[in-house]
Amino acid sequence: MHTQRKYGDLLFNVLNYTFFAAFTIICIFPFYYLFINTISSNDLSSRGLVTFYPKMVHLTNYIEVLQVKGLSQAALVSVGRTVVGTLLTVAASAFLGFLFTKRKMWGRQFWYRFVIVTMYFNAGIIPWYIIMMNLNLTNNYLAYILPAIVSPFYVILVKTFVESIPEVLQESAEMDGAGYLTIFSRIIMPLITPIAATIAIFSAVSQWNSFVDTLFLMTDSKYYTLQFVLYKYLNESTSLAAIIRNSQGSGTNIDLTNMQTATSVRTTVSMIVVLPILFVYPFFQRFFVKGIMIGAVKG
Amino acid sequence: MKTAIRRQSSLSRSSGSIISDRFRLFLFALPFLLLILVFSYFPLYGWLYAFYNYRPGFSLFDTQFVGLQWFRSIVSNPTQTQEVLRVMRNTLAMSGLGIITSVFPVLFAIFLTEIKTTWYKKTVQIFTTLPNFISWVLVYAIAFMMFSVDNGVINKFMMAIGLQEAPVNYLASSEWIWLKMTLWGLWKGLGWGAIMYIAAIASIDQELYDAAKVDGAGRFRMIWHITVPGIMPTYFVLLLLSIANLINNGMEQYFVFQNALNRDTIEVLDLYVYNTGLLGFNFSFATAVSMLKSIISIVLLFIANRLSKMVRGESII
Repeated sequence: MHTQRKYGDLLFNVLNYTFFAAFTIICIFPFYYLFINTISSNDLSSRGLVTFYPKMVHLTNYIEVLQVKGLSQAALVSVGRTVVGTLLTVAASAFLGFLFTKRKMWGRQFWYRFVIVTMYFNAGIIPWYIIMMNLNLTNNYLAYILPAIVSPFYVILVKTFVESIPEVLQESAEMDGAGYLTIFSRIIMPLITPIAATIAIFSAVSQWNSFVDTLFLMTDSKYYTLQFVLYKYLNESTSLAAIIRNSQGSGTNIDLTNMQTATSVRTTVSMIVVLPILFVYPFFQRFFVKGIMIGAVKG
Repeated sequence: MKTAIRRQSSLSRSSGSIISDRFRLFLFALPFLLLILVFSYFPLYGWLYAFYNYRPGFSLFDTQFVGLQWFRSIVSNPTQTQEVLRVMRNTLAMSGLGIITSVFPVLFAIFLTEIKTTWYKKTVQIFTTLPNFISWVLVYAIAFMMFSVDNGVINKFMMAIGLQEAPVNYLASSEWIWLKMTLWGLWKGLGWGAIMYIAAIASIDQELYDAAKVDGAGRFRMIWHITVPGIMPTYFVLLLLSIANLINNGMEQYFVFQNALNRDTIEVLDLYVYNTGLLGFNFSFATAVSMLKSIISIVLLFIANRLSKMVRGESII
């Protein structure tokens, strides 16, 4: 009886560890596969001969692809919206969340609900598109920034967090004559950095990954984001061909094995799109987890 | 000097009326409230387009008012009825599969907590939550690279182990598309979805397990009688939310994976609205469908909330 259970336990553990090892590999292998294909010989990679380890390593893909005009422009657009959008979102959600903790605010309950309710309804994508068009936000960089500034979920996060800070701190500052803006910048902001960091990370990831807004609103290629350009490269061989021709025309590249191919451009652009995420992810993983937990408590 | 000014302002505040202070707080909030008004409430005005025969390029009121014609056409025009039914079937099928597979994150969490090697557990968690943070475009890029017909690793592998004779174009086929979409969703979201349950398990009183051990309960008995009841409330809330979102499965994933061959089975409501409205220039009809969708989701949300109140005595919104 006892030994039977021991063997059963052992078997369970072996299966359990193996399952999680397998799933972990399934989750990260694609990233590794992309990466080794970008640094391997373009000729081998386009013939599908690079599978488990890099072959004939070179780094020219990254240099050449970044020199493509449309792509560096798209990188600028993506980085810009991520940085500006995130800063504004964090500042706005922190400030609004703080204001909503002030019971004195005129119509506080009403305005708070006015903001929160928008999490649960949605006019639909066509009405949204029509309004964006009427506001002249098509082919306009502001379309990436303005709609994202106030996000009800982040406002809840900040409000809950500020409510957990002892009010005495604010009261004593008020005694010293500090106004709301001073209290917010000097006392609240430093105290809410953990939640502000969580919001920053979430907002940065969603700005960086955003794709649908470009699809709906932007027809001028100077507003294309990296995500959108990647999508185009995957689906339109015409935009790809231009790049490949460009890199061949440069004449400096006599090395036939590393000439740009459809595969090399696609993998390299994918890698450029995913690199920032891979880079920040290990450092900020705990913030992601914290964010979802606070969200869960609030419901 | 600075302190003097401050003292004065504080004096004026304490002696001044409270109303102005109340209003000042509101004025601080006003710009943000306006943003919400513009980007979340104004689009409701767009619902008007569902009652007109709108053509892009004209002003709304120069086009013909048609009343409920578009709504009626969903049920009375056979081709449109068929289209909407097809799209609804796709939507419900993929949401349904999503709800069925929502037990996987629970199982993932339960079995991951059975792993007692901390570094192993941490590593698994870090790597399995990563896919949640990449965009669907990138997921598609990965699918494109790995499942490609001429140089994809999957085709090479399947042929090497003899499961396939010739390369198969997985992405361009409409076979099993609902299941494939669900699997991609799982690949992206399984590890992330489990985080909440892992935390719920961690908050279960350890003494319960100790007591059960003393009574001679084995691993599975403890899972069944302690862990499962412990995470049921969390699962229930998330299940209700996914019921509330039954027809809101978004369009990004389906948009990037769609192609001429799989369109019929991949088109969910949001994607259909995009395809007919923005690409087919049938604005008014698309708005009508989109409006119905919004109303149905609100109703579903209220039903889910009512259910939650009945069962748990707590609301989810």
